[in-house]
Amino acid sequence: MPTEPAAPLAPWAAAVSAAIEANKNRPGPLLLVLHAVQEGFGHVPPESVEEIARGLNLSRAEVHGVISFYHDFRSAPSGRHHLKICRAESCQAVGAEALVAHAKRALGVDFHQTTPDGAITLEPVYCLGNCALSPAMLVGEEIHGRLTPDRFDAVVDHLRKTR
Amino acid sequence: MTRVYIPRDSGALSMGAEAVARATAVEAASRNVDVSIIRNGSRGLYWLEPLVEVETPTGRIAYGPVTVRDVPELFKAGFLQGKSHRLALGPTAEIPYLKKQERLTFARVGITDPVSVEDYEAHDGYRGLRKALSMTGAAIVEEVTQSGLRGRGGAAFPTGIKWKTVLGTTADQKYVVCNADEGDSGTFSDRMIMEGDPLVLVEGMTIAAIAVGATQGYIYLRSEYPHALRTLKEAIQAAYQKGYLGSNIMGSGKRFDLEVRVGAGAYICGEETAMLDSLEGKRGMVRFKPPLPAIAGLFGKPTIINNVISLASVPIILDKGGAFYRDFGMGRSRGTLPIQLAGNLKHGGLVERAFGVTLRELLYDYGGGSLSGRPIRAVQVGGPLGAYLPESQFDTPFDYEAFIALNAMLGHGGVVAFDDTVDMAEMARYAMEFCAIESCGKCTPCRIGSTRGAEVIDRIVAGTDRDRNVELIRDLCDTMLNGSLCALGGMTPFPVLSALNHFPEDFGLPTPALASAGR
Repeated sequence: MPTEPAAPLAPWAAAVSAAIEANKNRPGPLLLVLHAVQEGFGHVPPESVEEIARGLNLSRAEVHGVISFYHDFRSAPSGRHHLKICRAESCQAVGAEALVAHAKRALGVDFHQTTPDGAITLEPVYCLGNCALSPAMLVGEEIHGRLTPDRFDAVVDHLRKTR
Repeated sequence: MTRVYIPRDSGALSMGAEAVARATAVEAASRNVDVSIIRNGSRGLYWLEPLVEVETPTGRIAYGPVTVRDVPELFKAGFLQGKSHRLALGPTAEIPYLKKQERLTFARVGITDPVSVEDYEAHDGYRGLRKALSMTGAAIVEEVTQSGLRGRGGAAFPTGIKWKTVLGTTADQKYVVCNADEGDSGTFSDRMIMEGDPLVLVEGMTIAAIAVGATQGYIYLRSEYPHALRTLKEAIQAAYQKGYLGSNIMGSGKRFDLEVRVGAGAYICGEETAMLDSLEGKRGMVRFKPPLPAIAGLFGKPTIINNVISLASVPIILDKGGAFYRDFGMGRSRGTLPIQLAGNLKHGGLVERAFGVTLRELLYDYGGGSLSGRPIRAVQVGGPLGAYLPESQFDTPFDYEAFIALNAMLGHGGVVAFDDTVDMAEMARYAMEFCAIESCGKCTPCRIGSTRGAEVIDRIVAGTDRDRNVELIRDLCDTMLNGSLCALGGMTPFPVLSALNHFPEDFGLPTPALASAGR
């Protein structure tokens, strides 16, 4: 009996099936799966929602609802580096708003946008727990304290050079 | 071999501690001296980070803030022998900021290697659990009740009463959940415990589990804390290896498993019922109460939910007794509070003191006044939902009831100072804006009220129909206060109204003094 040629796998398929496989038997697995997909693929593609829902025995609405609820989950590709500048009260008390204005100007993007070269996505964040050394910024997992416009520029320069 | 301590705490890392640790290792190797670098937590003197300590026969000597460039010089000056240098601060324990504290919950933070069970045991660790294992569940709960401990996450609900409810509820499965979604600006004590002494949290959770018969625990950690995640995971693994977690805790035959779950960037998940939904893999929507989580919580089962600091205070209460802990504090605020000094302060950091210390002492004696050198004009205590206090209220003691009397709240003990360049109408608007961004959307006062609130403040500031709009914002705040499902919508009015009442001139209104003079 002739078989249909298999459809080419979607680019996210491996990340999604690995994430489901690793977490489906843990209690309340959806956030675990979404974190794992984003870790493995960089974002959670809308086309993968159906697959995730099927794998966890949830509705597509439930999966989409969770993705859209949390600030961390992204439905589209983003920059190679994520800059999260804190704009909560403690950082505002020592000039965070001016720093944010500088960052937007220097990168030529607004919050939630990526520089044209694909290097940097700028995000706001509401507290990094580094309030005794405000203003603060998180770059990936690297935290910066007592940030000044000059130090911000130095960090960005360095990031543009790293793949 | 000389022990050198260089913190792995996020605050220290944010000022270059990682590079300093590397440079210290390289310099030691090139000089052929035997140095053991221990990555401790932070002492909480953040303006001195990276704070490097050297163990000498006369105790630990501190140097800071150390940069990579200072490292060769420090070696040359003989810092390994505790010798003098321009960065030398003398014996760490004698630094006044530290010496004047009463560290119970933070007793080990900055002193031990956070992920070493041996070090933890050597510094009185696991004595509380050992004692708890010889007691009945009811006796453990009674000890916690006697201590007067109230929820340190902000709500200040008596911990013992919460535990008693879980103990008295029969179920095939119970849970202990630690709320580590420390989202309030100006607070970082949870993070410091998780990065500096995570085993005290593990021990506290284990005691809670044994008291009420829970076998599974979760730490719900915010995703903004990647370094805390790392230390927690290492500490939990170490506790499993030593038999302090798992199926036979300290040979007692009792079981407790513990797992860290990471949030996904939603302030509302710090609200306990939204956190439960998030742990279950759902949108973090606030639940109606009743049922209380203590009766029907995670996956519908009886659940103890406590903040990091509440749970981390339990081991010393079990070890030294509820009466020991209760002897600290004032009024109905018993024990100590790890207070966090932040914002525009010269000496930001962690100050653990018995309840009763005044805001003024904290701002000036510890905080050293403003970082900018300008007068401190307003202080927000208790995070983004806390009131702004003017100078006339700086003598208020840190006591839950004293703050409630001012329509303010102590919350998680965060103190954020602003100098006289602050625009309080901006801060009031920001409070509404933040509420709009982070609202879960379940109840109308919070979901819609916050957006309308920001618009009304804009109109007040622009001078459009000012008196009527002031009336409107007060009315809206009343609706949010009384009609919201949880503290987000219900307490956003605190910063808004306190800004309006204490700093009316920033809204284009007459100051109270001027207004009364004109009458």
